[in-house]
Amino acid sequence: MSQKIVVGYDGSGSADAALGFAAAIARAQGGTLIVAHVLEWSPYSFLTPDELEERHMRRKEELERAEKAMLTPVVERLRGEGLEVVTELKYGHIAETLIKIAKAHGADQIVIGRTGHSDLSARLFGSVAGTLAQAAPVPVTIVP
Amino acid sequence: MKTAFQRAALAVPALTLGMTPALAQSIDDKVNEVFANSTGWFVSFIFSPFPGTAFPWIVAWLVIAATIFTVYFGLIQFRAFPHSIALVKGDYSDPNDAGEVSHFQALATALSGTVGLGNIAGVAVAVGIGGPGATFWMILAGLMGMASKFTECTLGVKYRNEYPDGKVSGGPMYYMKKGFAEKGLPGGGFLAVLFSIFCILGALGGGNMFQANQAHAQIANVVGDYPGWITGIVFAAIVFAVIVGGLKSIARVTEKVVPFMGILYVATALVILLINFDQIGWAFGQIFEGAFTGLGVAGGFVGALIQGFKRAAFSNEAGVGSAAIAHSAVRTKEPITEGFVSLLEPFIDTVVICTMTALVIIITGQLVSDPETGLYMLNETGSAIQTVDGNSGVALTSAAFSSAFGGFQYILAIAVILFAFSTMISWSYYGLKAWTYLFGEGQAKEVIFKVIFCLFVVIGAAADLGPVIDFSDAMIFAMAVVNIIALYFLMSIVKKELDSYMGRLRSGEIRKYT
Repeated sequence: MSQKIVVGYDGSGSADAALGFAAAIARAQGGTLIVAHVLEWSPYSFLTPDELEERHMRRKEELERAEKAMLTPVVERLRGEGLEVVTELKYGHIAETLIKIAKAHGADQIVIGRTGHSDLSARLFGSVAGTLAQAAPVPVTIVP
Repeated sequence: MKTAFQRAALAVPALTLGMTPALAQSIDDKVNEVFANSTGWFVSFIFSPFPGTAFPWIVAWLVIAATIFTVYFGLIQFRAFPHSIALVKGDYSDPNDAGEVSHFQALATALSGTVGLGNIAGVAVAVGIGGPGATFWMILAGLMGMASKFTECTLGVKYRNEYPDGKVSGGPMYYMKKGFAEKGLPGGGFLAVLFSIFCILGALGGGNMFQANQAHAQIANVVGDYPGWITGIVFAAIVFAVIVGGLKSIARVTEKVVPFMGILYVATALVILLINFDQIGWAFGQIFEGAFTGLGVAGGFVGALIQGFKRAAFSNEAGVGSAAIAHSAVRTKEPITEGFVSLLEPFIDTVVICTMTALVIIITGQLVSDPETGLYMLNETGSAIQTVDGNSGVALTSAAFSSAFGGFQYILAIAVILFAFSTMISWSYYGLKAWTYLFGEGQAKEVIFKVIFCLFVVIGAAADLGPVIDFSDAMIFAMAVVNIIALYFLMSIVKKELDSYMGRLRSGEIRKYT
């Protein structure tokens, strides 16, 4: 059966590991990789007047940078290996957005790297892996 | 005018170099004198009462405008209220626009520029002079002001400039120029220039010197008296780091702490009201009775009315035009949606926060009344109501809160300082937008304004510049004179936008995304 796999990718070592894992499944079983990069963003954050004015410009810059520096190289490499790859570049809460992407594509599973957030904010607000484990509609694989 | 400001600017380095107090004093006197002589006529003109009354015409100007907008847009502040909340929640925001400025962010930033001393000190002044009845008129003026905000912020978004690099600039000067041209009316450019001049001066005054001055007063109140220029330099250094140095972290921290302080303030007030819940009915009774009889305050019910209207206008800036600058960066295809969102601003600022302050002052029994007649007793000079400890302004609010929660004066002092700082950051931006409108955009030109702005922080904190502060308040109201003239000419454009939007909302063309 052809699989659709969403991979949360942020350029880190553990994200590379997750991508490698997902690529191996896709290669073995045939399927599509959806490489998703989510830029952390809350519409309820507080900005200064200057930041408001520049926001549209900054957003464009951030998207271009993420596309060029992060997604394009890996996508080209994977396509070079003959894999079918699509990308998703979104703003939002990371775990929630990955879930939305998975739903939108009708994905069969989500693969993420364990970035090992053990700092205070992760304790307070929950890590991406923790949230996905609780809320994802499809199986989630966490790659160490 | 120009020379006065130049002299004032020159006075700063002198003050900072540790001059002898006497010399510094004489510079203060000199600045006061120059300002009083060259600007006194303008202050008197702006705050002059109608002949034979004590009612300043500028207050009537704002209230009449708010009434006209309220009627013209068919009680828009009540009709659109639920829709405004839905917009702020993001129900109508396209998920693909995530990462752009949201309605919530635009509202929060605009609010941090308006919530401040007016809510804490201004209300205490109003209730101290006008009695509890002033609260009624303040709430009424706040509710009406929502329509003024709606009008100016819709226009602010509609006629903003969007540059190829993605930045946006908006505000009254842009809708004056472009809106008038679109309607084929003359004089838009002239109004825009006039507004920009008032806006720059208002930013340096009410948005800067007054804030620095009051922040210093609060710190001195807690730690004991010390020279104001020390506070001024510290404040100026921080403001400089943020607006010139681009040190976003400080501004970001403030932007996060200020809403928290606002919530803490309202929550504390609510707790005090809950503890005294049996008196809430009585307090509202005092507010309504005082609104129409004055309950013995100086000037009777007219005194209560003037104080309430005046403080509401000072506090929420509806009709002044400043909010139109702050709101114009939002990402929306429909300018009117930002108008809906902005009408929540006077509601939160005046109807909620100011009312809380007033209720706490009334319920904690700060105002002394005659047990026999039930009327309020006046102080020795007869200018205000006798308070328990003879307090007025910020000190009165502080005493009211501390009587319920000991030590709250320290939290309040921190809140005042942070509110003052965030108001300064906001107004530095408003002033800069007016400045670049007049002189054009450009790194060097912008830095010149920002440095001037920082110098005025020191001046504001260093000395008690009564005439300067009067002048800056007058400038903020002068902005309202120019802005409201423009709003009258352009309100039909807003009406057209409103009708079109409401039609599409009803037909289902505009839908919720969630």
